[in-house]
Amino acid sequence: MTGTGRIVRGATGIAAVVALSELLAVTGVVPPGFLPPASAVLARAAHLVVDPAFLAQIAATVRAWLTGLAVAVAVGVPAGLLIGGVPAAGAAVRPVLEFLRPIPSVALIPLVSLLLGAGRTTEVTLVAFAATWPVLFNTVYGVQDQDPVPRETLRVFGFGRATVLWLVALPAAAPFIATGVRLAAAVGLILAVGTEILAGFGDGLGVFIAQAQQVVDGTVDVLAGTVCAGVLGLVANAVLAGAERRLFHWHPSQRPLSPRPAAATARAVRR
Amino acid sequence: MLQIDGLGHAYAGHPVLRDVDLTVRRGELVSIVGPSGCGKSTLLRCVAGLTAPARGTIRIDGRPVAGVPGGLAVVFQEYGRSLLPWLTVRDNVALPLRRRGGTRAQRRAAAASALDAVGLAAVAARRPWQLSGGMQQRVAIARALAFRPSLLLMDEPFGSVDAQTREDLEDLLLTVRGPEMTILFVTHDIDESVYVGDRVVVLNGSPAGVVADLPVTLPTRGEQIATREQAEFVRLRAEVGRQVRKA
Ligand SMILES: Nc1ncnc2c1ncn2[C@@H]1O[C@H](COP(=O)(O)OP(=O)(O)OP(=O)(O)O)[C@@H](O)[C@H]1O
Ligand SMILES: [Mg+2]
Repeated sequence: MTGTGRIVRGATGIAAVVALSELLAVTGVVPPGFLPPASAVLARAAHLVVDPAFLAQIAATVRAWLTGLAVAVAVGVPAGLLIGGVPAAGAAVRPVLEFLRPIPSVALIPLVSLLLGAGRTTEVTLVAFAATWPVLFNTVYGVQDQDPVPRETLRVFGFGRATVLWLVALPAAAPFIATGVRLAAAVGLILAVGTEILAGFGDGLGVFIAQAQQVVDGTVDVLAGTVCAGVLGLVANAVLAGAERRLFHWHPSQRPLSPRPAAATARAVRR
Repeated sequence: MLQIDGLGHAYAGHPVLRDVDLTVRRGELVSIVGPSGCGKSTLLRCVAGLTAPARGTIRIDGRPVAGVPGGLAVVFQEYGRSLLPWLTVRDNVALPLRRRGGTRAQRRAAAASALDAVGLAAVAARRPWQLSGGMQQRVAIARALAFRPSLLLMDEPFGSVDAQTREDLEDLLLTVRGPEMTILFVTHDIDESVYVGDRVVVLNGSPAGVVADLPVTLPTRGEQIATREQAEFVRLRAEVGRQVRKA
């Protein structure tokens, strides 16, 4: 499927949903006070995204989100390299990870808020915690079961183990790590907005949504804020997926189908 | 330079090599031939320090091999997989030269001239996976030669190229070898083993050992066809063939 084809189909789907919601509102199937029509929500969202006060809220969320992601990468990638690349380390750490991983990070919001107070630190901590898992597990997955031949090649030329990890294991795992970061961005946004909603005060998109909820007729604002959160997630995904395509064109999953353009240009061997 | 004594190895209880003795002088080019699956690659892996042999010792310049010996280069049988797909062909060739020091520009120049020697100057900026199998094999050869190793292990290095290129590469190897470069050259091709080698060592049996160690004494070494027509060449080729086919 081509890029434009995908965009056209996606836009058609969104238009259909908007049209359906309009129809439900106009025909009175859904009372206007219960669920405002999509046009009202989109108009409100369009109004909000040029409002400096609202943009400051978004910026606060994005800052916490990105900080948490950065921490997750700084922790998850080296830990994943160690666990996936050094079998003894992997065997020792794996049971602990298998215990921690199934805990839904959202369930930790009250605990961490209690320990660190309801503030930016809590938010960043929770984003970092939730985002570390996909980064860590994708790094482990990318490093273990790697073809041994490239590593052996560099070892044979006299490179030490750490250098081989850096020059071969890490680049070979990079496409997997990037996928992990993309998944981490999605779950990190959930934690950022979720923490803000539960805190209910301060700055942030989640705080905006939580406060709109308290107001009479705040439904439009709640929905407009939710749409903005969704758009943030979409943008992050598109940016990261685009970066993956550009950076990892050498990876088999990204290569064009016929990988040998104009072979056999030079055969002669000089003496 | 290289001394192998009583080398034995087994994979998961399956013996592959037994009592392999081999001594190689500095600067010698030893061809190793033997039936498929007899353990030629295993022998090279042991010498490279990638596989610890179950029995026996390997000494280089008198010191037992523990880990990868210095100044080593290997052309793997899995040449395609030994190239890094995210680097260009030139950077693949230049990468090991970091162990040799020198500036980035010097490394790139050395890589470029090695690629030129194997006829691949035109594809230096491509990625390995954009090349044909035979071209990838020549990249792996260029990488090993650019390194100027003191010990060069080549496992079936000319297996994927056409006959003419193969002869050109054989002659290239004979040109670049020097008194400081010791070479173990594994091949399936009996003709080739005699053509490039100072000696031909035949591995055979199960588990395999050295069944023949034949010095190659050709009256003249020169042009491909003339060399292969000499009576001594024909005699050696027949003898190696007999030793390889012997059950
Ligand atoms: N990693 C391994 N694990 C188990 N068995 C192995 C392994 N590598 C090789 N073998 C077995 O050891 C034997 C010798 O293998 P080796 O690759 O050394 O043979 P070879 O002489 O290089 O063969 P070819 O000429 O086909 O390359 C074979 O029977 C093979 O099945
Ligand atoms: Mg082999």
